[in-house]
Amino acid sequence: MRNVWIIARREYKYFFISPVAYAFVFLFMLLLGVFFYLNLRGAIVQAAYQAYAPDVQIIIGPMVTLLLFVMPAFTMRTIAEEMRTGTMELLLTAPVKDWELVAGKWLGAFLFMLSLLVFTLIFPLILNFLVKPGIDQGLLMAGYLGLIMMVASMIAVGVFVSSIFSNQVVAFIVSLGVVLVLWFVSQFASTAAGLGNQLLNYLDFPGHFNNFYQGIINLSDVVYFLSLTALALLLGSVSIEIRRWR
Amino acid sequence: MIEVEGLTKDYGPRRAINNLTFKANPGEILGFLGPNGAGKTTTMRILSGYMPPTWGVAKVAGFDVVDQSLEVRKRVGYLPETVPLYPDMTVFEYLKYMADLRHIKNADERVDDVLDIVHMDERANGYISNLSKGMRQRIGLAQALLHEPEVLILDEPTIGLDPAQIREVRTLIREIGKHRTVLLSTHILSEAQQICDRVLIINKGEIVVEDTPERLQAGLTGVQRVSVKVQGDGDGLEKLIKGITGIGRVSTIQEGALEVESSPGKDMRPIIAKNVIKAGFDLLELKTIDLSLEDIFIELTRDEPEPPSTDDSEADA
Repeated sequence: MRNVWIIARREYKYFFISPVAYAFVFLFMLLLGVFFYLNLRGAIVQAAYQAYAPDVQIIIGPMVTLLLFVMPAFTMRTIAEEMRTGTMELLLTAPVKDWELVAGKWLGAFLFMLSLLVFTLIFPLILNFLVKPGIDQGLLMAGYLGLIMMVASMIAVGVFVSSIFSNQVVAFIVSLGVVLVLWFVSQFASTAAGLGNQLLNYLDFPGHFNNFYQGIINLSDVVYFLSLTALALLLGSVSIEIRRWR
Repeated sequence: MIEVEGLTKDYGPRRAINNLTFKANPGEILGFLGPNGAGKTTTMRILSGYMPPTWGVAKVAGFDVVDQSLEVRKRVGYLPETVPLYPDMTVFEYLKYMADLRHIKNADERVDDVLDIVHMDERANGYISNLSKGMRQRIGLAQALLHEPEVLILDEPTIGLDPAQIREVRTLIREIGKHRTVLLSTHILSEAQQICDRVLIINKGEIVVEDTPERLQAGLTGVQRVSVKVQGDGDGLEKLIKGITGIGRVSTIQEGALEVESSPGKDMRPIIAKNVIKAGFDLLELKTIDLSLEDIFIELTRDEPEPPSTDDSEADA
Protein backbone atom coordinates (compact mmCIF):
# COMPACT_ATOMS: atom_id res chain seq x y z
CA MET A 1 0.00 0.00 0.00
CA ARG A 2 2.88 2.31 0.77
CA ASN A 3 4.07 2.03 -2.81
CA VAL A 4 0.67 3.11 -4.06
CA TRP A 5 0.97 6.26 -2.05
CA ILE A 6 4.57 6.91 -3.16
CA ILE A 7 3.64 6.59 -6.82
CA ALA A 8 0.46 8.63 -6.38
CA ARG A 9 2.41 11.37 -4.69
CA ARG A 10 4.83 11.66 -7.59
CA GLU A 11 1.97 11.65 -10.08
CA TYR A 12 0.21 14.37 -8.18
CA LYS A 13 3.33 16.50 -7.95
CA TYR A 14 4.02 15.93 -11.63
CA PHE A 15 0.78 17.67 -12.53
CA PHE A 16 1.94 20.79 -10.77
CA ILE A 17 5.35 20.73 -12.39
CA SER A 18 4.04 20.24 -15.88
CA PRO A 19 2.73 23.29 -17.75
CA VAL A 20 0.20 21.05 -19.46
CA ALA A 21 -1.67 20.67 -16.20
CA TYR A 22 -1.95 24.40 -15.71
CA ALA A 23 -3.20 24.84 -19.25
CA PHE A 24 -5.64 22.03 -18.59
CA VAL A 25 -6.98 23.58 -15.38
CA PHE A 26 -7.15 27.01 -16.94
CA LEU A 27 -9.07 25.81 -19.98
CA PHE A 28 -11.37 23.68 -17.90
CA MET A 29 -12.25 26.53 -15.58
CA LEU A 30 -12.60 28.95 -18.47
CA LEU A 31 -14.99 26.73 -20.40
CA LEU A 32 -16.92 25.97 -17.28
CA GLY A 33 -17.13 29.68 -16.56
CA VAL A 34 -18.47 30.36 -20.04
CA PHE A 35 -21.11 27.65 -19.70
CA PHE A 36 -21.97 28.90 -16.25
CA TYR A 37 -22.45 32.42 -17.56
CA LEU A 38 -24.59 31.29 -20.51
CA ASN A 39 -26.73 29.02 -18.36
CA LEU A 40 -27.10 31.70 -15.75
CA ARG A 41 -28.28 34.20 -18.34
CA GLY A 42 -30.75 31.70 -19.71
CA ALA A 43 -31.97 30.95 -16.22
CA ILE A 44 -32.53 34.63 -15.45
CA VAL A 45 -34.62 35.01 -18.58
CA GLN A 46 -36.62 31.94 -17.62
CA ALA A 47 -36.99 33.04 -14.06
CA ALA A 48 -38.96 36.01 -15.28
CA TYR A 49 -41.70 33.64 -16.43
CA GLN A 50 -41.31 30.79 -14.01
CA ALA A 51 -41.15 30.94 -10.30
CA TYR A 52 -38.04 28.87 -9.62
CA ALA A 53 -34.42 29.83 -9.31
CA PRO A 54 -31.52 28.08 -11.10
CA ASP A 55 -29.77 25.42 -9.05
CA VAL A 56 -26.41 23.71 -9.05
CA GLN A 57 -27.41 21.60 -12.05
CA ILE A 58 -26.53 24.47 -14.38
CA ILE A 59 -22.90 23.90 -13.34
CA ILE A 60 -22.80 20.14 -12.99
CA GLY A 61 -24.55 19.55 -16.31
CA PRO A 62 -21.92 21.21 -18.50
CA MET A 63 -19.16 19.87 -16.28
CA VAL A 64 -20.19 16.30 -17.07
CA THR A 65 -20.05 16.97 -20.81
CA LEU A 66 -16.65 18.61 -20.45
CA LEU A 67 -15.28 15.76 -18.36
CA LEU A 68 -16.45 13.25 -20.91
CA PHE A 69 -13.99 14.65 -23.45
CA VAL A 70 -11.35 15.95 -21.14
CA MET A 71 -10.76 12.90 -18.96
CA PRO A 72 -9.37 10.71 -21.76
CA ALA A 73 -6.91 13.47 -22.64
CA PHE A 74 -6.00 13.80 -19.00
CA THR A 75 -5.36 10.11 -18.41
CA MET A 76 -3.83 9.11 -21.75
CA ARG A 77 -0.27 9.72 -20.65
CA THR A 78 -0.39 8.06 -17.24
CA ILE A 79 1.19 4.75 -18.21
CA ALA A 80 1.73 5.22 -21.96
CA GLU A 81 4.33 7.89 -21.31
CA GLU A 82 6.27 5.68 -18.92
CA MET A 83 6.42 3.06 -21.63
CA ARG A 84 7.49 5.51 -24.29
CA THR A 85 10.30 7.05 -22.26
CA GLY A 86 11.51 3.73 -20.87
CA THR A 87 10.86 4.61 -17.25
CA MET A 88 8.43 1.71 -17.20
CA GLU A 89 11.48 -0.53 -17.10
CA LEU A 90 12.47 1.23 -13.92
CA LEU A 91 9.09 0.76 -12.27
CA LEU A 92 8.77 -2.84 -13.38
CA THR A 93 12.19 -3.72 -11.97
CA ALA A 94 11.60 -1.90 -8.70
CA PRO A 95 10.11 -4.00 -5.92
CA VAL A 96 6.62 -2.77 -6.72
CA LYS A 97 3.68 -5.02 -7.52
CA ASP A 98 1.89 -4.42 -10.79
CA TRP A 99 -1.39 -3.53 -9.11
CA GLU A 100 0.38 -1.05 -6.85
CA LEU A 101 1.70 0.72 -9.90
CA VAL A 102 -1.71 0.92 -11.53
CA ALA A 103 -3.43 1.95 -8.31
CA GLY A 104 -0.78 4.58 -7.66
CA LYS A 105 -1.21 6.06 -11.11
CA TRP A 106 -4.95 6.12 -10.62
CA LEU A 107 -4.79 7.64 -7.15
CA GLY A 108 -2.44 10.42 -8.24
CA ALA A 109 -4.69 11.43 -11.10
CA PHE A 110 -7.77 11.08 -8.92
CA LEU A 111 -6.35 13.36 -6.24
CA PHE A 112 -5.53 15.93 -8.87
CA MET A 113 -9.06 15.80 -10.24
CA LEU A 114 -10.38 16.15 -6.70
CA SER A 115 -8.37 19.34 -6.38
CA LEU A 116 -9.84 20.56 -9.63
CA LEU A 117 -13.35 19.75 -8.41
CA VAL A 118 -12.65 21.78 -5.30
CA PHE A 119 -11.74 24.70 -7.57
CA THR A 120 -15.02 24.39 -9.44
CA LEU A 121 -16.89 24.88 -6.17
CA ILE A 122 -16.44 28.56 -6.78
CA PHE A 123 -19.35 28.46 -9.25
CA PRO A 124 -21.93 27.04 -6.82
CA LEU A 125 -20.60 29.56 -4.34
CA ILE A 126 -21.29 32.43 -6.73
CA LEU A 127 -24.70 30.97 -7.50
CA ASN A 128 -25.41 30.74 -3.81
CA PHE A 129 -25.03 34.50 -3.53
CA LEU A 130 -27.19 35.14 -6.55
CA VAL A 131 -30.26 33.15 -5.62
CA LYS A 132 -32.45 33.46 -2.60
CA PRO A 133 -32.53 31.73 -0.22
CA GLY A 134 -29.38 30.08 -1.52
CA ILE A 135 -28.96 26.89 -3.49
CA ASP A 136 -30.12 23.45 -2.45
CA GLN A 137 -27.23 22.03 -0.41
CA GLY A 138 -28.44 18.46 -0.78
CA LEU A 139 -28.47 18.72 -4.54
CA LEU A 140 -25.00 20.22 -4.45
CA MET A 141 -23.58 17.44 -2.33
CA ALA A 142 -25.23 14.62 -4.24
CA GLY A 143 -24.12 16.17 -7.52
CA TYR A 144 -20.54 16.48 -6.43
CA LEU A 145 -20.51 12.99 -4.98
CA GLY A 146 -21.71 11.83 -8.37
CA LEU A 147 -18.96 13.79 -10.08
CA ILE A 148 -16.35 12.24 -7.80
CA MET A 149 -17.71 8.76 -8.52
CA MET A 150 -17.77 9.41 -12.25
CA VAL A 151 -14.29 10.89 -12.32
CA ALA A 152 -12.91 7.96 -10.32
CA SER A 153 -14.24 5.44 -12.81
CA MET A 154 -13.25 7.47 -15.87
CA ILE A 155 -9.70 7.78 -14.62
CA ALA A 156 -9.56 4.07 -13.97
CA VAL A 157 -10.73 3.37 -17.52
CA GLY A 158 -8.19 5.87 -18.84
CA VAL A 159 -5.32 4.32 -16.87
CA PHE A 160 -6.31 0.87 -18.08
CA VAL A 161 -6.37 1.95 -21.71
CA SER A 162 -3.11 3.83 -21.23
CA SER A 163 -1.52 0.61 -19.99
CA ILE A 164 -2.35 -1.11 -23.26
CA PHE A 165 -1.05 1.45 -25.72
CA SER A 166 2.32 3.12 -25.65
CA ASN A 167 1.00 5.70 -28.11
CA GLN A 168 -0.79 8.47 -26.25
CA VAL A 169 -2.99 9.52 -29.16
CA VAL A 170 -4.27 5.99 -29.55
CA ALA A 171 -4.79 5.81 -25.80
CA PHE A 172 -6.83 9.01 -25.96
CA ILE A 173 -9.05 7.85 -28.80
CA VAL A 174 -9.66 4.42 -27.32
CA SER A 175 -10.51 5.64 -23.85
CA LEU A 176 -12.82 8.27 -25.33
CA GLY A 177 -14.40 5.44 -27.29
CA VAL A 178 -14.85 3.29 -24.19
CA VAL A 179 -16.48 6.13 -22.27
CA LEU A 180 -18.74 6.98 -25.21
CA VAL A 181 -19.81 3.36 -25.51
CA LEU A 182 -20.69 3.32 -21.82
CA TRP A 183 -22.49 6.59 -22.40
CA PHE A 184 -24.77 5.37 -25.17
CA VAL A 185 -24.98 1.69 -24.35
CA SER A 186 -28.49 1.97 -22.91
CA GLN A 187 -29.74 3.11 -26.29
CA PHE A 188 -29.18 -0.40 -27.51
CA ALA A 189 -30.79 -2.06 -24.53
CA SER A 190 -34.12 -2.29 -26.33
CA THR A 191 -32.56 -4.38 -29.09
CA ALA A 192 -31.61 -7.11 -26.66
CA ALA A 193 -33.92 -9.31 -24.68
CA GLY A 194 -33.84 -10.74 -21.18
CA LEU A 195 -30.47 -10.81 -19.52
CA GLY A 196 -28.79 -8.84 -22.31
CA ASN A 197 -31.31 -6.11 -21.89
CA GLN A 198 -30.75 -6.00 -18.16
CA LEU A 199 -27.00 -5.97 -18.59
CA LEU A 200 -26.99 -3.15 -21.13
CA ASN A 201 -29.31 -1.15 -18.94
CA TYR A 202 -27.10 -1.76 -15.94
CA LEU A 203 -23.99 -0.60 -17.78
CA ASP A 204 -25.67 2.71 -18.62
CA PHE A 205 -23.19 5.30 -17.41
CA PRO A 206 -25.33 8.48 -17.56
CA GLY A 207 -28.28 6.67 -16.05
CA HIS A 208 -26.33 5.96 -12.89
CA PHE A 209 -24.98 9.45 -12.80
CA ASN A 210 -28.38 10.97 -13.35
CA ASN A 211 -29.58 9.85 -9.94
CA PHE A 212 -26.82 11.83 -8.26
CA TYR A 213 -27.63 14.71 -10.56
CA GLN A 214 -31.22 14.66 -9.36
CA GLY A 215 -30.05 14.63 -5.78
CA ILE A 216 -30.63 10.96 -5.11
CA ILE A 217 -27.85 8.91 -3.60
CA ASN A 218 -28.49 5.26 -4.35
CA LEU A 219 -26.23 2.56 -3.02
CA SER A 220 -26.56 0.74 -6.33
CA ASP A 221 -25.18 3.73 -8.24
CA VAL A 222 -22.27 4.03 -5.83
CA VAL A 223 -21.60 0.32 -6.25
CA TYR A 224 -21.75 0.71 -10.03
CA PHE A 225 -19.07 3.38 -10.17
CA LEU A 226 -16.89 1.74 -7.55
CA SER A 227 -17.01 -1.61 -9.29
CA LEU A 228 -16.31 -0.02 -12.66
CA THR A 229 -13.28 1.63 -11.09
CA ALA A 230 -12.11 -1.60 -9.48
CA LEU A 231 -12.65 -3.59 -12.66
CA ALA A 232 -10.71 -1.12 -14.81
CA LEU A 233 -7.83 -1.07 -12.31
CA LEU A 234 -7.79 -4.85 -12.20
CA LEU A 235 -7.71 -5.01 -16.00
CA GLY A 236 -4.92 -2.44 -15.92
CA SER A 237 -2.71 -4.61 -13.74
CA VAL A 238 -3.55 -7.66 -15.84
CA SER A 239 -2.54 -5.72 -18.93
CA ILE A 240 0.82 -4.88 -17.39
CA GLU A 241 1.30 -8.48 -16.38
CA ILE A 242 0.58 -9.53 -19.97
CA ARG A 243 3.02 -6.91 -21.20
CA ARG A 244 5.74 -8.59 -19.16
CA TRP A 245 5.08 -11.97 -20.73
CA ARG A 246 5.18 -10.76 -24.28
CA MET B 1 25.10 -14.97 -7.20
CA ILE B 2 23.57 -15.35 -10.62
CA GLU B 3 22.66 -18.83 -11.80
CA VAL B 4 21.10 -19.29 -15.19
CA GLU B 5 20.08 -22.63 -16.60
CA GLY B 6 18.54 -23.36 -19.97
CA LEU B 7 17.22 -19.84 -20.28
CA THR B 8 15.14 -19.31 -23.42
CA LYS B 9 13.01 -16.39 -24.51
CA ASP B 10 10.76 -16.20 -27.53
CA TYR B 11 9.25 -13.02 -28.90
CA GLY B 12 6.48 -14.52 -30.94
CA PRO B 13 8.16 -16.74 -33.49
CA ARG B 14 11.54 -15.13 -32.95
CA ARG B 15 13.85 -16.79 -30.44
CA ALA B 16 15.87 -14.07 -28.74
CA ILE B 17 17.93 -16.29 -26.49
CA ASN B 18 18.30 -20.02 -26.70
CA ASN B 19 19.16 -22.31 -23.83
CA LEU B 20 21.62 -20.03 -22.03
CA THR B 21 23.44 -21.51 -19.07
CA PHE B 22 25.97 -19.58 -17.08
CA LYS B 23 26.94 -18.46 -13.60
CA ALA B 24 28.32 -15.35 -12.01
CA ASN B 25 30.12 -15.76 -8.72
CA PRO B 26 29.95 -13.33 -5.80
CA GLY B 27 32.30 -10.39 -6.22
CA GLU B 28 32.83 -11.09 -9.87
CA ILE B 29 32.48 -8.67 -12.76
CA LEU B 30 31.07 -10.69 -15.60
CA GLY B 31 31.14 -9.19 -19.06
CA PHE B 32 28.41 -9.98 -21.49
CA LEU B 33 29.64 -9.47 -24.99
CA GLY B 34 27.85 -9.68 -28.26
CA PRO B 35 26.71 -7.76 -31.28
CA ASN B 36 23.44 -5.89 -31.30
CA GLY B 37 20.50 -8.25 -31.26
CA ALA B 38 22.49 -11.07 -29.71
CA GLY B 39 20.13 -11.30 -26.74
CA LYS B 40 22.09 -9.39 -24.14
CA THR B 41 19.31 -7.01 -23.25
CA THR B 42 16.76 -9.82 -23.18
CA THR B 43 18.85 -11.82 -20.75
CA MET B 44 19.40 -8.82 -18.53
CA ARG B 45 15.74 -7.97 -18.52
CA ILE B 46 14.91 -11.46 -17.38
CA LEU B 47 17.53 -11.32 -14.63
CA SER B 48 16.31 -7.95 -13.40
CA GLY B 49 12.76 -9.23 -13.02
CA TYR B 50 11.40 -7.12 -15.86
CA MET B 51 10.03 -10.08 -17.74
CA PRO B 52 9.88 -13.82 -17.29
CA PRO B 53 11.67 -16.28 -19.58
CA THR B 54 9.79 -18.60 -21.90
CA TRP B 55 11.72 -21.56 -20.55
CA GLY B 56 14.52 -22.18 -18.17
CA VAL B 57 15.44 -21.11 -14.69
CA ALA B 58 17.28 -18.03 -13.52
CA LYS B 59 18.23 -17.38 -9.95
CA VAL B 60 19.64 -14.15 -8.63
CA ALA B 61 21.00 -14.02 -5.09
CA GLY B 62 19.35 -17.37 -4.55
CA PHE B 63 15.86 -16.28 -5.59
CA ASP B 64 13.96 -17.38 -8.64
CA VAL B 65 13.27 -14.51 -11.05
CA VAL B 66 9.73 -15.70 -11.76
CA ASP B 67 8.44 -17.11 -8.48
CA GLN B 68 10.27 -14.68 -6.22
CA SER B 69 10.44 -11.73 -8.54
CA LEU B 70 9.99 -9.12 -5.81
CA GLU B 71 12.81 -10.60 -3.73
CA VAL B 72 15.05 -10.54 -6.79
CA ARG B 73 14.14 -6.96 -7.58
CA LYS B 74 14.96 -5.92 -4.04
CA ARG B 75 18.48 -7.24 -4.47
CA VAL B 76 19.26 -6.15 -8.00
CA GLY B 77 20.39 -2.77 -9.20
CA TYR B 78 19.55 -2.41 -12.85
CA LEU B 79 20.61 0.15 -15.39
CA PRO B 80 18.70 -0.39 -18.64
CA GLU B 81 20.15 0.49 -22.00
CA THR B 82 18.02 3.60 -22.33
CA VAL B 83 18.56 5.28 -19.00
CA PRO B 84 15.13 5.62 -17.43
CA LEU B 85 14.85 9.16 -16.13
CA TYR B 86 12.09 11.68 -15.59
CA PRO B 87 13.35 14.82 -17.31
CA ASP B 88 10.93 17.06 -15.42
CA MET B 89 12.34 16.09 -12.04
CA THR B 90 15.49 17.30 -10.39
CA VAL B 91 18.27 14.81 -9.81
CA PHE B 92 17.54 14.76 -6.10
CA GLU B 93 13.79 14.37 -6.52
CA TYR B 94 14.29 11.52 -8.93
CA LEU B 95 16.66 9.60 -6.70
CA LYS B 96 14.50 10.32 -3.67
CA TYR B 97 11.51 8.87 -5.53
CA MET B 98 13.42 5.72 -6.38
CA ALA B 99 14.74 5.47 -2.82
CA ASP B 100 11.19 5.79 -1.48
CA LEU B 101 9.96 3.07 -3.82
CA ARG B 102 12.67 0.85 -2.42
CA HIS B 103 11.75 1.79 1.14
CA ILE B 104 15.23 2.97 1.98
CA LYS B 105 15.65 4.38 5.45
CA ASN B 106 17.21 7.84 5.70
CA ALA B 107 16.57 8.24 1.99
CA ASP B 108 17.91 11.79 1.86
CA GLU B 109 21.29 10.76 3.22
CA ARG B 110 21.49 7.74 0.96
CA VAL B 111 20.72 9.89 -2.08
CA ASP B 112 23.55 12.22 -1.08
CA ASP B 113 25.82 9.20 -0.72
CA VAL B 114 25.17 7.81 -4.17
CA LEU B 115 25.48 11.27 -5.69
CA ASP B 116 28.92 11.40 -4.11
CA ILE B 117 29.81 8.02 -5.54
CA VAL B 118 28.96 9.07 -9.08
CA HIS B 119 30.39 12.56 -8.57
CA MET B 120 27.13 14.34 -9.26
CA ASP B 121 26.60 15.96 -5.87
CA GLU B 122 26.91 19.42 -7.37
CA ARG B 123 24.03 18.87 -9.74
CA ALA B 124 21.62 17.50 -7.16
CA ASN B 125 19.14 20.32 -7.62
CA GLY B 126 19.44 20.60 -11.38
CA TYR B 127 16.71 19.32 -13.64
CA ILE B 128 17.46 16.06 -15.37
CA SER B 129 16.44 17.55 -18.71
CA ASN B 130 19.48 19.84 -18.51
CA LEU B 131 22.01 17.07 -18.01
CA SER B 132 24.42 15.77 -20.60
CA LYS B 133 24.31 12.16 -21.74
CA GLY B 134 27.23 11.23 -19.55
CA MET B 135 25.64 12.78 -16.50
CA ARG B 136 22.39 10.99 -17.19
CA GLN B 137 24.27 7.74 -17.39
CA ARG B 138 25.78 8.46 -14.02
CA ILE B 139 22.40 9.29 -12.53
CA GLY B 140 21.13 6.00 -13.91
CA LEU B 141 24.02 4.27 -12.21
CA ALA B 142 23.31 6.14 -8.98
CA GLN B 143 19.74 4.90 -9.16
CA ALA B 144 20.98 1.33 -9.51
CA LEU B 145 23.20 1.74 -6.44
CA LEU B 146 20.66 3.32 -4.11
CA HIS B 147 19.67 0.17 -2.26
CA GLU B 148 23.20 -1.23 -2.10
CA PRO B 149 22.24 -4.19 -4.25
CA GLU B 150 24.05 -7.48 -4.07
CA VAL B 151 23.90 -7.76 -7.84
CA LEU B 152 24.32 -5.01 -10.39
CA ILE B 153 23.07 -5.44 -13.92
CA LEU B 154 24.32 -2.79 -16.32
CA ASP B 155 23.18 -2.78 -19.92
CA GLU B 156 25.76 -1.06 -22.11
CA PRO B 157 26.70 1.47 -19.46
CA THR B 158 29.20 3.30 -21.66
CA ILE B 159 27.25 3.52 -24.88
CA GLY B 160 26.95 7.02 -26.31
CA LEU B 161 29.51 8.56 -24.02
CA ASP B 162 32.56 10.51 -25.05
CA PRO B 163 35.98 8.97 -24.36
CA ALA B 164 36.57 10.89 -21.14
CA GLN B 165 33.17 9.92 -19.81
CA ILE B 166 33.70 6.32 -20.84
CA ARG B 167 36.89 6.17 -18.84
CA GLU B 168 35.14 7.72 -15.88
CA VAL B 169 32.24 5.30 -15.94
CA ARG B 170 34.57 2.33 -16.33
CA THR B 171 36.61 3.36 -13.33
CA LEU B 172 33.40 3.81 -11.42
CA ILE B 173 32.14 0.35 -12.31
CA ARG B 174 35.41 -1.24 -11.33
CA GLU B 175 35.28 0.52 -8.00
CA ILE B 176 31.70 -0.51 -7.39
CA GLY B 177 32.39 -4.04 -8.56
CA LYS B 178 34.92 -4.69 -5.84
CA HIS B 179 32.20 -5.57 -3.39
CA ARG B 180 29.37 -6.94 -5.48
CA THR B 181 28.54 -9.08 -8.42
CA VAL B 182 28.29 -7.12 -11.63
CA LEU B 183 26.86 -8.31 -14.91
CA LEU B 184 27.73 -5.87 -17.62
CA SER B 185 26.95 -5.94 -21.29
CA THR B 186 28.97 -4.31 -23.99
CA HIS B 187 29.95 -4.82 -27.56
CA ILE B 188 33.39 -3.35 -27.11
CA LEU B 189 35.97 -5.99 -26.38
CA SER B 190 38.56 -3.64 -24.92
CA GLU B 191 35.97 -2.48 -22.46
CA ALA B 192 35.38 -6.01 -21.27
CA GLN B 193 39.13 -6.49 -21.03
CA GLN B 194 39.53 -3.45 -18.86
CA ILE B 195 36.67 -4.07 -16.49
CA CYS B 196 35.72 -7.70 -16.40
CA ASP B 197 37.06 -10.71 -14.56
CA ARG B 198 35.35 -13.05 -16.94
CA VAL B 199 33.73 -12.65 -20.32
CA LEU B 200 30.83 -14.43 -21.89
CA ILE B 201 30.35 -14.04 -25.60
CA ILE B 202 26.86 -14.42 -26.87
CA ASN B 203 25.77 -14.47 -30.48
CA LYS B 204 22.34 -15.09 -31.94
CA GLY B 205 20.99 -15.97 -28.53
CA GLU B 206 23.60 -18.58 -27.70
CA ILE B 207 26.76 -18.58 -25.68
CA VAL B 208 29.71 -18.88 -28.03
CA VAL B 209 32.52 -18.83 -25.55
CA GLU B 210 33.18 -18.15 -21.90
CA ASP B 211 36.61 -17.22 -20.58
CA THR B 212 38.79 -14.59 -19.01
CA PRO B 213 39.50 -11.64 -21.30
CA GLU B 214 43.21 -12.40 -21.47
CA ARG B 215 42.72 -15.99 -22.47
CA LEU B 216 40.12 -14.93 -24.97
CA GLN B 217 42.48 -12.54 -26.63
CA ALA B 218 45.34 -14.92 -26.94
CA GLY B 219 43.97 -18.39 -27.02
CA LEU B 220 40.83 -17.99 -28.94
CA THR B 221 42.13 -17.81 -32.44
CA GLY B 222 45.31 -19.71 -31.81
CA VAL B 223 47.46 -16.86 -33.08
CA GLN B 224 49.00 -13.73 -31.71
CA ARG B 225 49.35 -10.84 -34.06
CA VAL B 226 52.11 -8.28 -34.05
CA SER B 227 52.36 -5.27 -36.28
CA VAL B 228 55.81 -4.20 -37.43
CA LYS B 229 56.61 -0.86 -39.00
CA VAL B 230 59.96 0.32 -40.30
CA GLN B 231 61.14 3.46 -41.99
CA GLY B 232 61.36 3.35 -45.75
CA ASP B 233 59.85 0.76 -48.05
CA GLY B 234 61.07 -2.21 -46.03
CA ASP B 235 62.50 -4.25 -48.87
CA GLY B 236 63.36 -7.74 -47.73
CA LEU B 237 61.67 -7.25 -44.38
CA GLU B 238 59.01 -9.83 -45.04
CA LYS B 239 61.53 -12.45 -45.96
CA LEU B 240 63.62 -11.63 -42.93
CA ILE B 241 60.77 -12.03 -40.48
CA LYS B 242 59.53 -15.18 -42.14
CA GLY B 243 62.95 -16.63 -41.45
CA ILE B 244 62.59 -16.27 -37.68
CA THR B 245 61.64 -19.53 -36.02
CA GLY B 246 58.18 -19.55 -34.45
CA ILE B 247 56.68 -17.10 -36.91
CA GLY B 248 53.62 -18.09 -38.82
CA ARG B 249 51.95 -16.10 -41.54
CA VAL B 250 53.39 -12.73 -42.48
CA SER B 251 51.45 -10.28 -44.57
CA THR B 252 52.40 -6.87 -45.89
CA ILE B 253 49.83 -4.22 -45.08
CA GLN B 254 51.59 -1.41 -46.88
CA GLU B 255 55.15 -0.45 -47.69
CA GLY B 256 57.22 -0.89 -44.58
CA ALA B 257 54.34 -2.22 -42.51
CA LEU B 258 53.71 -5.88 -41.81
CA GLU B 259 51.40 -8.01 -39.81
CA VAL B 260 53.02 -11.01 -38.23
CA GLU B 261 51.28 -14.02 -36.76
CA SER B 262 52.75 -16.36 -34.21
CA SER B 263 51.50 -19.04 -31.90
CA PRO B 264 50.26 -17.77 -28.55
CA GLY B 265 52.05 -18.10 -25.27
CA LYS B 266 55.34 -16.63 -26.34
CA ASP B 267 55.89 -12.95 -26.97
CA MET B 268 57.77 -12.73 -30.27
CA ARG B 269 58.38 -9.01 -30.11
CA PRO B 270 61.92 -9.03 -28.62
CA ILE B 271 63.14 -11.53 -31.20
CA ILE B 272 61.53 -9.64 -34.05
CA ALA B 273 63.04 -6.39 -32.79
CA LYS B 274 66.51 -7.84 -32.52
CA ASN B 275 66.41 -9.34 -35.99
CA VAL B 276 64.93 -6.27 -37.65
CA ILE B 277 67.49 -3.94 -36.13
CA LYS B 278 70.35 -6.31 -36.78
CA ALA B 279 69.39 -6.36 -40.45
CA GLY B 280 69.76 -2.57 -40.53
CA PHE B 281 66.10 -1.47 -40.64
CA ASP B 282 64.97 1.54 -38.66
CA LEU B 283 62.24 0.14 -36.46
CA LEU B 284 59.37 2.60 -36.00
CA GLU B 285 56.74 0.52 -34.32
CA LEU B 286 56.27 -2.90 -32.85
CA LYS B 287 53.07 -3.78 -31.09
CA THR B 288 50.62 -6.55 -30.48
CA ILE B 289 47.35 -6.21 -32.31
CA ASP B 290 44.34 -6.68 -30.10
CA LEU B 291 41.63 -8.64 -31.73
CA SER B 292 38.47 -6.71 -32.15
CA LEU B 293 35.20 -8.29 -31.27
CA GLU B 294 34.39 -8.51 -34.93
CA ASP B 295 37.56 -10.51 -35.52
CA ILE B 296 36.66 -12.86 -32.74
CA PHE B 297 33.23 -13.40 -34.15
CA ILE B 298 34.59 -14.08 -37.55
CA GLU B 299 37.01 -16.53 -36.03
CA LEU B 300 34.38 -18.16 -33.86
CA THR B 301 31.78 -18.60 -36.50
CA ARG B 302 34.12 -19.30 -39.37
CA ASP B 303 33.73 -23.02 -39.73
CA GLU B 304 30.28 -23.34 -38.31
CA PRO B 305 27.17 -23.40 -40.41
CA GLU B 306 24.84 -20.47 -39.86
CA PRO B 307 22.36 -21.25 -37.10
CA PRO B 308 18.75 -21.44 -38.33
CA SER B 309 17.46 -18.04 -39.20
CA THR B 310 17.07 -15.89 -36.15
CA ASP B 311 16.60 -12.32 -37.13
CA ASP B 312 19.35 -10.36 -35.47
CA SER B 313 19.04 -7.32 -37.66
CA GLU B 314 16.75 -5.58 -35.25
CA ALA B 315 17.91 -4.40 -31.87
CA ASP B 316 17.16 -6.39 -28.76
CA ALA B 317 13.51 -5.77 -28.21
